[in-house]
Amino acid sequence: MEKRVTFKGWLLPLCLIAPQVLVTAVFFFYPAGQAIWQSLFIPDPFGLSMQYVGLGNFEYLLSDPYYRASFLTTAIFSTLVTLASMIPALFLAVVADRLIKGAGVYRTMLIWPYAVAPAIAGVLWLFMFNTRVGVVSWYLGNLGYDWNHVLNGGEAMGLVVVASAWGRISYNFLFFFAALQSIPKSVIEAAAIDGARFWRRFWTIVLPLLSPTTFFLLVVNVVYAFFETFGVIHTITSGGPQQSTTILVYKVFSDGFVGQDLGSSAAQSVILLFVVGALTIFQFKFIERRVHY
Amino acid sequence: MSDTLKTYPNDPPPGMVEKRGASLWFSHAIMIFGVLIVFFPIWLAFVASTVTQPEIVQPPMPLWPGDQFFNNYREALVSGVNVPVATMLLNSLIMAMGIAIGKIVISLLSAFAIVYFKFPGKMIFFWLIFMTLMLPVEVRIVPTYEVIAGFGMLNSYGGLILPLIASATATFLFRQFFMTVPDELAEAARVDGASPMRFFWDILFPMSRTNIAALFVILFIYGWNQYLWPLLITTDPSMNTIVMGIKQMFPSGDDVANWPVIMATSILAMIPPVIVVISMQKLFIRGLVDSEK
Repeated sequence: MEKRVTFKGWLLPLCLIAPQVLVTAVFFFYPAGQAIWQSLFIPDPFGLSMQYVGLGNFEYLLSDPYYRASFLTTAIFSTLVTLASMIPALFLAVVADRLIKGAGVYRTMLIWPYAVAPAIAGVLWLFMFNTRVGVVSWYLGNLGYDWNHVLNGGEAMGLVVVASAWGRISYNFLFFFAALQSIPKSVIEAAAIDGARFWRRFWTIVLPLLSPTTFFLLVVNVVYAFFETFGVIHTITSGGPQQSTTILVYKVFSDGFVGQDLGSSAAQSVILLFVVGALTIFQFKFIERRVHY
Repeated sequence: MSDTLKTYPNDPPPGMVEKRGASLWFSHAIMIFGVLIVFFPIWLAFVASTVTQPEIVQPPMPLWPGDQFFNNYREALVSGVNVPVATMLLNSLIMAMGIAIGKIVISLLSAFAIVYFKFPGKMIFFWLIFMTLMLPVEVRIVPTYEVIAGFGMLNSYGGLILPLIASATATFLFRQFFMTVPDELAEAARVDGASPMRFFWDILFPMSRTNIAALFVILFIYGWNQYLWPLLITTDPSMNTIVMGIKQMFPSGDDVANWPVIMATSILAMIPPVIVVISMQKLFIRGLVDSEK
């Protein structure tokens, strides 16, 4: 797409675009290039020289059981976060959509958690489930359930999933609610007159009409779970216990900054680059075409 | 059932689509229950920020606010744990405003250049900028850290802000918007002999106001809620932002955390983005839908 009417001159537009290009080049393309470059080397322990190893870092990573475990952890984590944030959001949106009065008030109330940073969400949930002072863990203890996410990997995973999904419920609710409101009421009423009950209408009319929104949210939530949940993991579990909550982004951080294994960390960044690229292409190509509006 | 309700022969019987009567109250009950569950972590944090430390470390903590509100918030704001929370709030404010304003300014200019001019290499610039979509800072952290360290920008606002404005989501949005602006406006400006910058200031900028405001809301929250990046580059506590500073307030080892102050800080950390989201709800929802679609 091109504008029919354009202004003349080339110096002014180059000046206008210069700040963006400069910032992007220095803080985006150069570091991304560095990540690819460094992924081909192993630095010596003193950081004085680098040894070229080709794809050695990648080969090592892909055969490293910890890295493979981290892939699996990320897959489980992002699937759970996506489900745990989308299903309650869809449910609440469907209920709110049938209310004539008050839906706006509920929407305002439900937006709150979206504004809460993932790291703060982590602190709030950690406080509730803290093994020493947590209210929820205390009541669970009274019911005879001994909650300890510091030792139990499954409980740690459950806690980071809930804390990550919490703020996303708001986000997903907003999109589902907007999509539901845009479905023409006449369609639903026609089905109602033909005798379709609520659940039947939901499965055969509402859900198919929501499919563009649902698939869009699916991708966005997976991307969120992959990259933006670092704060939750870092505040609640720091990847533990026994790496049971070490997702890929957390591993880039812990290997690169804590473990100082720069070659491996850079190789992990490159792998993540491909993951994001694949997700983006998936979103643009596959979903845009397959989903019927 | 309401008997003031007008019914027309073609309407479906009441209660088929919209809820009325008992089931209406049931829907409201579900929504209120949902809101309460979503709100509970925030409520608990607020309660914890108004009671004394002994009340928290002797579980279960109370579920109703105590009388220590002023003491706890004063302690947090004035002394904090490592650094006064007031300092961290200021740092967060500068960072969030810097990211929001910086990104909007460079994106407006470059989108203007891309849409309204023909110049050598335009398509290359366009695709370079397009490539930065969706690549979060998390995947290139180590090399970006090295760039910032090389510039001596650790523990500086520039270091906090610049890498986070190096992506082109906003440019893309403004490009999409400029494409919908009627060609006649630029044509008229050109016929009247107005310079390109004059057209930009007098016509394009005022027309983009709503888009700018919507984007500002999104970017402010994005900047405010950053965690990993400030964690890496601010080693000096006086440069900590509030979202990452909270984790630093937890003692290492077996010491008991100062929960009332930490929870007061959590509440303080979520107030500015919550105010922005609630007060600009319409713009915010519009910004969300625009920026993601």
